[in-house]
Parts: sequence; C-alpha cells; structure tokens
Amino acid sequence: MLELLAQTGLNAVYAASYISLIAVGLVLIFGVMGVINFAHGELYMAGAYTVVLMYTDFQVPFFLAVAMGLIFVGCLGLAMERALFRPLRDNPLGGLVASIGFLMILQAVAAMGFGVRMEHIAPVTQAVIEFSDRVRLPVARLYVIIAAVVLLTALWLFLKKTRFGWALRAAAQDPEAAALQGISIKQTARIAMFIGAGLAGIAGALTAPLVSVNPHMGHSVIITAFIVIIVGGVGSLEGAVVASVAYAIIHTFVTTFYDGVIADIVGLSLMLLVLIVKPTGLFGSADRA
Amino acid sequence: MRSVIFIVLGACTLLALPHGLSFSQQEILVFLTINLLLVSSYRLLTLTGEWSLAHVVIMGVGAYASALYSKELGVWVPVSILLGGATAALLAVLLSFPLFRMKGFYFLIGSFAAGEIIRQLWKRFRDPFGGPKGIKGIEPMPDFSIGIYDFDFFEPVSYYYLSGVVVAVCLWLLWRIERSPVGLTFHAVHWQDKLAEASGVNLRAYRTLAFAIASGFAGIGGGLMAHYVGTINPNSFDVDLMVYVLTWAIVGGTGTFYGPILGCVVLTVLNEIVLRELGFEQMRPLIYGLIMILSILFLPKGLESIVQHLVTRRSEKGVKDRRAAE
Repeated sequence: MLELLAQTGLNAVYAASYISLIAVGLVLIFGVMGVINFAHGELYMAGAYTVVLMYTDFQVPFFLAVAMGLIFVGCLGLAMERALFRPLRDNPLGGLVASIGFLMILQAVAAMGFGVRMEHIAPVTQAVIEFSDRVRLPVARLYVIIAAVVLLTALWLFLKKTRFGWALRAAAQDPEAAALQGISIKQTARIAMFIGAGLAGIAGALTAPLVSVNPHMGHSVIITAFIVIIVGGVGSLEGAVVASVAYAIIHTFVTTFYDGVIADIVGLSLMLLVLIVKPTGLFGSADRA
Repeated sequence: MRSVIFIVLGACTLLALPHGLSFSQQEILVFLTINLLLVSSYRLLTLTGEWSLAHVVIMGVGAYASALYSKELGVWVPVSILLGGATAALLAVLLSFPLFRMKGFYFLIGSFAAGEIIRQLWKRFRDPFGGPKGIKGIEPMPDFSIGIYDFDFFEPVSYYYLSGVVVAVCLWLLWRIERSPVGLTFHAVHWQDKLAEASGVNLRAYRTLAFAIASGFAGIGGGLMAHYVGTINPNSFDVDLMVYVLTWAIVGGTGTFYGPILGCVVLTVLNEIVLRELGFEQMRPLIYGLIMILSILFLPKGLESIVQHLVTRRSEKGVKDRRAAE
C-alpha cells in the first residue's frame, strides 16, 4: 500500500510538471495579451511533432530536437501574435475565434503531414530509477520534471528580477499606463507569446516519447489547462503552478483508486466549485475579467 | 401583398430544394435544418450578453431524454421530443443556480465545465445512458400519410419536411419572443444592466429565463436529431460541434435575427458541399479555420453587415428606419 502511494505520488509529480509548463504559458499569454489561447493544446502538439520529425526521421540528437521544438513553437507563437492577436486587440471575442481557427489549421497540417494514426517514438532512454520493486521512475519522466523546475524557476527570476520582466508585468497590469512609461507593448507582447508558446512546445517535445503523438493530442491537454488556470486564478502564475500540483495529485490518485472518467468528473466539479465560491480563482485578483 | 408572394415563393423553393440533391446532400440538408434551430436558440442566449459553451451538451440532454422516454417509457415520439425540450429547459434552470453566479469569461468557462461534467456522466453511467457507446436503436418517427405525400422517415426528404416545419415553427416562436417585451428586456439586461436593475428588472430571473428558453429549443433540436440518426453517444455532442455553433454565430453576426442563420447556411454549404465536392477532403478543416480567421479579421461584424450594407445602399428609407429604431 505504501509503495502504491509512493508510486502514485511520483506519477503525480510528473503530471504536475508538464501540466504546469502548459498552464503557465497559457496564463502568461492571457495576462499580457488578454486573449485565451484556445490553440495552446495544439502548440503542445506541434512541439511533440517537431520531435517526431527531427528525432525519429532526421536522427537529430534528442535534446537538440527538444530545443528545436521550443524555438519552432515559440516562433509559431510570434506568428500568432503578429497575424492574429495584434489586429484583434479591441475585439473581445476575436482572439478566441481566431485561435480556434488557428487550432483547426494546425490540426489539419499535422494530419496531412503525418497522418492521423498515432506516432510512437523510440524511447530516448530505457533507464529507470528504482526506489524499490514497485516504486520506479523512468528517466524520461525525470527529464520532464527537471525541465519544469528549471524553466519555471528561470521564468520566475526573469519576471521578478530583470527589467524586461518588470516591463512584462507592468504591461499585464495596465497596458496604457505601461505604454506611457515608455514600455513597448508590442515588444512585451512578443516576449510573452514566445515564452508562453515555447513552454507549451517544450512540454510537448519532452513528453513525445512518453505519450502517443497524434493530431488531436492537444484536446485533453487544453481542458486540463483550463481547469488549472481557473482554479489558480486567471492571470496568476503562482496560482497556475499551485493549481497544477493540486490538480495532478487529485487526478492521479482518483485515477489510480477509481477510474479516469471519475477523475475527470472530480476535476471539473472542483473547478465549478471554485468558480462558484470564488469566481476569481484561489490566487486571482478581481481586476481582470 | 408582396411579402405574401415572397413567403409563398420561399416555401416552394424550400419544398423543391431536396429533389435536385444527392442522398448524402439530402442528409446534410436535414442536419442543416436542425442546426439552424441550434444556432438561433443560441442567439437568444447571447442577447443577454452571456456566451455559453454548454449549448451543444444541452441539445444532447434533449436528445438523450427524448430517446430514453420513447425507448424505456414507450412515449409517442413527437411527444417525447417535446418532453426532451422541456427536460433540457428544466436542467438549464437547475444549472443556472451555480452558473449565473459568474459573468463573461468565467461564465464561458463555467458553462464549459458544466457541459463536460454532463458528458462524462453519460460516459460513466451505462445503465440509463449506455456508456461511451451511447444509445442505439432509438425509436424512429412513426410513418404517416397526408394523402398526397407518404412520409417515410427513413428517407431524408421526408425528415427534411418534418424538421423543416418544426424548425420553422420554433424560429417563428423565437422571433416572437425576441420582439416581445420579454425580448426587449433581454437586450436591456445586456446593454443597460444597471439601469434595468434600477428600473425593477430582476436580472438573474431574466438571464435564467433566456437560458431556459434557449435550452428548451436546443433540446427540441436534439430530439429531432436523435430520432433521425437512431444512435447517439457522448461524442455526438462534444466541444467540436460547439465550436461550429460558436463560429456560425460569430461569422454570421449576432446583431440580427438572421445573422446566425446566414452564418450557419453559408458555412455549412461551403464546408459540406463546395469543399467536399471539390475533393479537398483532408484540407477541409484547414480551409475552414482559414475562413474563420479571415472573417474575424476582415468582417468583424459578421456576414450580416454585408447584407445591411447592401440594403442601405438600395434604399434611403431603410437608413432612416434603422436610425429611428436605434
């Protein structure tokens, strides 16, 4: 029993890592751009397919392929900012519709380029850390956990300690006042989109060998990310991380002890409960609606 | 007098429409008719300013309810469709208690969560809902004859006529509701909520009313669909269809009654008939997504703004009327 608990705990840590990478990117984009990026799950998918293409087809070393995923998806984010979100700044539903359109395009491109069947990637490493007979952590999962901790810490330092980070947070709080202080809104928007999309891309790239890669893999991911950012409070990065951990723990344990569908229902019910009791989320402030 | 001629001509066109089409196009026509009801009822909800992501699931509630009433309780199919609509409306009233504590973006996401929970419950509980495989062998609409025409409801043409009549009646009702004092209050709840509240309008009650009416009509649409297709499952009402409804409404424009209808007809014809016939099968979602992006970038007020533009150019009187109305 203790071993089962320990193993489930490890699974939860892994789930929390990739969920928080995706959710933090989504929150960052919402905070700075004021747009809920429905295509965020497809950015994750694009990261995974970059690894499929580079690592499996072109034999590029795995970590180089992951870095390519980060940069490629970050550039996709830049393209979205320039082509979609910037012209639609004043249209509240515009960004939503445009990102849904972009989602369909990305899915179609993936389906045409790679087919709709699942891609299975040769495992990067078979190594497993064995804590005991039944408590084991595959090293591929450890990479995801390390990446999440390192990248999120780096992002936190960037936002709190550097001038760019200050500018970014100022632009998120009040774009007009920030612009009056000489902060370039376009510049901060580009940085936020590159980081936000890149985080989704690296999450997809690193989990590609661990999940089945297919054009619709972003679907369940975006639902989870929505739950997490609502529970954490829309616009709060710390909230997103805390909520990711909480959600991962609850979801993993309910899945282990009951089943996956019940776990989804519990997750969604928790989100509804948070919305009813404190609509701004656990860490949210009321100023952004 | 002229409007009578227009109505007769329009009705004749709609009656003759399916006969020049192939079988699969006739089937698409049936779904298009039902979707018109779905998107128009959705517009009634958007009148109060709330955008829901649960509308398609609520349509599914109507479909499941109607299928179960006719299958398990032996209710006559036309009655069970109406009961399905009533069930959907009742559920909307129940859902309004948690959901209308939120507004705007939070309502959008909250309604999405509520819809997903309902869908997962269908998936989980095999006993009444049939689990992931859903309900199969739903009672078809009983055949009947009106002398000049024999209705055989396995034929799409017959079902098109039936659903066409039902949907036309529902659209007329929706139109009357929008034009009634209640409908005007919905507008007030959206655009002047503080003022409306100060004038003694119970905002919450009117939001709930709009939600319930919209859900009831969506439920009837779901019932119509269930008894035509014969099988329903949780994935028939997933977020993909909701995205389509949202797109029809936004691409068409929600400022007028005909905007969402226009969006639904134009995009369905484009998607199902033009792109499919031209052989772009794999590229259809790509082109559809591109159309969504281009229309939101270059036609932010929807297709209805083109129609309005044409109408104003044709008559100066139209401009004066609209200014007076505004």
